[in-house]
Amino acid sequence: MPDGTMQPPVLRVEDLTVRFTRRNTDVAAVNGVDFSLQAGETLTILGESGSGKSVSLKALMGLLPAYAGVSGKVWLNGKEILGLPAAALAKLRGGAVSMIFQEPMAALDPVYTIGEQIAETIVQHEGCDNRTAMKRALGLLEQVKIPSAERRLKNFPHEMSGGMRHRAMIALALACKPSVLLADEPTTALDVTVQIQILLLLRQLQAELGMAIVFVTHDVGAAAEISDRIAVMYAGRFVETGTTRQVMREPMHPYTQGLLSSTVHGGMRGRALETIPGSPPNLAELPPGCAFAPRCRYAVDACRQGDIPVVTTETGAMARCVRAEELVEA
Amino acid sequence: MSAALQQDPRDRGGPAQPLLIVENLTKHFPVRGGLLNRQVATVQAVDEVSFSVRKGETLGIVGESGCGKSTTARLLMRLMNPDAGSVVFDGDPVGEKRGISVSDMRRQMQMVFQDSYTSLNPRMTMAESIAYAPRMHGLGRKEAYDRAENLLSRVGLNPRQYARRYPHELSGGQRQRVNIARALALEPRLVILDEAVAALDKSVEAQVLNLLSDLKESLNLTYLFISHDLNVVEYMSDRVMVMYLGRVVEAGPVESIYRHPRHPYTRALFASKPTLDPDRRTTEMPLTGDPPNPINPPSGCRFRTRCAFAQPRCAETLPLLAAPFDGDADPSHVVACHIPEAQAAVAVHHA
Ligand SMILES: Nc1ncnc2c1ncn2[C@@H]1O[C@H](COP(=O)(O)OP(=O)(O)OP(=O)(O)O)[C@@H](O)[C@H]1O
Ligand SMILES: Nc1ncnc2c1ncn2[C@@H]1O[C@H](COP(=O)(O)OP(=O)(O)O)[C@@H](O)[C@H]1O
Ligand code: SF4
Ligand code: SF4
Ligand SMILES: [Mg+2]
Ligand SMILES: [Mg+2]
Repeated sequence: MPDGTMQPPVLRVEDLTVRFTRRNTDVAAVNGVDFSLQAGETLTILGESGSGKSVSLKALMGLLPAYAGVSGKVWLNGKEILGLPAAALAKLRGGAVSMIFQEPMAALDPVYTIGEQIAETIVQHEGCDNRTAMKRALGLLEQVKIPSAERRLKNFPHEMSGGMRHRAMIALALACKPSVLLADEPTTALDVTVQIQILLLLRQLQAELGMAIVFVTHDVGAAAEISDRIAVMYAGRFVETGTTRQVMREPMHPYTQGLLSSTVHGGMRGRALETIPGSPPNLAELPPGCAFAPRCRYAVDACRQGDIPVVTTETGAMARCVRAEELVEA
Repeated sequence: MSAALQQDPRDRGGPAQPLLIVENLTKHFPVRGGLLNRQVATVQAVDEVSFSVRKGETLGIVGESGCGKSTTARLLMRLMNPDAGSVVFDGDPVGEKRGISVSDMRRQMQMVFQDSYTSLNPRMTMAESIAYAPRMHGLGRKEAYDRAENLLSRVGLNPRQYARRYPHELSGGQRQRVNIARALALEPRLVILDEAVAALDKSVEAQVLNLLSDLKESLNLTYLFISHDLNVVEYMSDRVMVMYLGRVVEAGPVESIYRHPRHPYTRALFASKPTLDPDRRTTEMPLTGDPPNPINPPSGCRFRTRCAFAQPRCAETLPLLAAPFDGDADPSHVVACHIPEAQAAVAVHHA
C-alpha cells in the first residue's frame, strides 16, 4: 500500500505511444500513456477490447513486433528501459518484470514439467545450481497453494486442471521475485469460482512479496476486487484515473459513467440499461479531438478539435474531458 | 398473457400449457482411449435433466464451465440425439408419431451462439444470411428479402447501410445483432441464447440485452438464456436453473433463487461473484479447487467433494429435486440436497 512518504516509483511510464504502420494503414494503438507505480501497489487498466491494454503491456516488456513504432520513456527501479537492446530486455523479463496471461499456455512450455520450467528460469536469472532452483520451485508451488506440490512439480502442464495451470503460471512469473508483475486479463477465461480464488491469491502474494502489479481487465468486478487505483482506457488513452473508490463511485468522464451504467449488477431487474450508443472507434481512423465524441451525449464543438485538456482534482483523480468540471458539479 | 399470444395460430395448448416440458433428458459421451481406442470412461454431460418453460417467460441456466448447459441446448435443438428423455413442445412430444416432427419444432425453436463470427457465412451478405432460412422454407425471394430488411431494422441496423455488407465489415456487436435477426427469421416462439452476449464488450452487451428484452416483448418470445454471468442471468430471467456436473441442483423463480439460495453450491457460486463495491471486497474463498471432472463423477451427490456440509448419506444416495426443508419457499422452488442444515446456512451477500 502506498503511504504518504514519497518513495521513488518502481515503474514510471511517460508518454508511451505505439503505432503500427503497415502498407496503407496506420493504427494508433497507444497514444500517450503516463503513470507511475509504487511498490506494493496495484494499478488496473480497465478498458474494452481493442482499447490498447495488451499493446501497452507488451510495449513495456519489449514484446512488440519490429514494425511497431514505440516511443516514450519507461523507468524500472529508476533505470530507463525502453530503448535497451534485446538481450538486456530479455534479462529483465522473468526477472525484475514478469507477465501473466489469460491463457496459461502462453507462458508455459508443453514439453517440460512445471518444476523444470520454474527451475530453469531461476538458474538462468540467478545462476544458482539446479537442486537449489528445484527447491525454490517447490516453495513457489506451495506459495501459490497448489495441493501436493511435490508431486505437481513433475506434472506437465496438460496434466493439470485449468485453475491449477493458472497457479503454475503465477508461480513461474514469481520465480525471480519481480518488482513488477504485469497481468493481462489473467482471470478473464475462468469460471467465477476459480476467478475469485486467483484474485485472492494475487492479493495475498502481493502482501507477502511487495511487488507492484499492473492488472489489465475489461471486467469492472475484477477491477473492484483487486485495484488500489484504476485507469480507464479508451482508444489508446487513459481517459480517467483515480483510486478505485473515486473511479467506481464518482466517475468524472462520460465514458467511465457509461461503462459503469451499462454493466449489469445485482438487483437491476425491470430497469432498462443505460447504454453507450455505437461501438468503440477504429484506431486507424481516430477522429481529431476526443475519440469518444461520436458516442458522447455531452459532446460540444470544442470536443472535436485539438488536444483534450486534462482535469485533475485536489484528491489526485484525473479526467481527460473538456466538460469534466461542469459535469461533476452538475 | 397478452392477446397477441392467444391469436397465434400455432399456440395449440393455450396459455396454461408450458411451451417446453423436458423430462429426464440424458446424454452420456463415451471417452475412448488406449491402443485399441476402446471406451474407457463416460462423460455424463447431461443426466436426467427435467424442467419446463412457460409461455412468455425467460428461463436462465447457470453453472460452471462443462456443467452441461450447451449440451442441454443442443439436445433441445436436436443437433444431437439424447440417450434418454422426452421433450414436449406446446403439448406435442417432439420426434414422436403422435407429436411434432423435429423440423416443425425447429421452425419454432431457434438458437443464437456466442461466436458471432463463425456462425455467419463469410460469403453471404447480411440480407442473404437472414433471408436464407425463410427461402429454404419456401418463401419467395422478394418476401424473404423484405423480411430480412425488416428484421435488420428491428435489431437496430439500418438496412440501407447494412443489408449488403459481409460479416467482416461489421463489429462484433453488429454481427451478434445479425445473428439474432437470423434466428428470428422463421418467426420462432422459443429462442435459445447460449452465451449470446459473452463475447461482447460491456457497452455493447448492454445494448444487445436491451434489444433482447424489446424483441421478447414485441414478438411474444420465450427465451432460454444460458450465461456464465450471474448478474446478467438475474437481470434477464424470470426463473433460474442451476446445473452442476450434468444435473440440476436447484431451480425456481429468480427472486427466490437469488435471495434465498438453498443449495450449498448455488450459494458458493453467488458468493464467488466479484463485488462492485471496493469497500466490501471478498475475503474468503467460497469454493476451493476447480469443478471436478465430469468423467466418473462422485457417487451420490455430485457436489459432495466440495461441500462443507457433506455427510455419509451424501455419498450413498443421489439427492433428487424437491421442495426445500424450511417450507416457506416459493412452491416452485426446488433443490437437490439431503441435509436440512446445508439448505439453511446463511448466504454470503454482497453488492
Ligand atoms: N461431443 C462431445 N464429446 C465428448 N464430450 C463432450 C461433447 N460435448 C460436450 N462434452 C462434454 O460434456 C460436458 C458438458 O459440456 P457443455 O458444452 O454442455 O458444457 P457447458 O455447460 O456449456 O460449458 P461452458 O460454460 O464452458 O460453455 C463437458 O465435460 C464437455 O467436455
Ligand atoms: N501486432 C499488431 N499489428 C497491428 N495492430 C495491432 C497489433 N497488435 C495489436 N494491434 C491493434 O492495436 C489495438 C489495441 O490492441 P490491444 O492492446 O491488443 O487491445 P486490448 O485493449 O483488447 O488488449 C487494436 O486495434 C489491435 O488490433
Ligand atoms: S471531451 Fe467532449 S466528447 Fe469527450 S468525453 Fe468530454 S464531453 Fe464527451
Ligand atoms: S446433499 Fe450433501 S453433499 Fe450434496 S449439497 Fe447437500 S449436504 Fe452437500
Ligand atoms: Mg488484450
Ligand atoms: Mg457452453
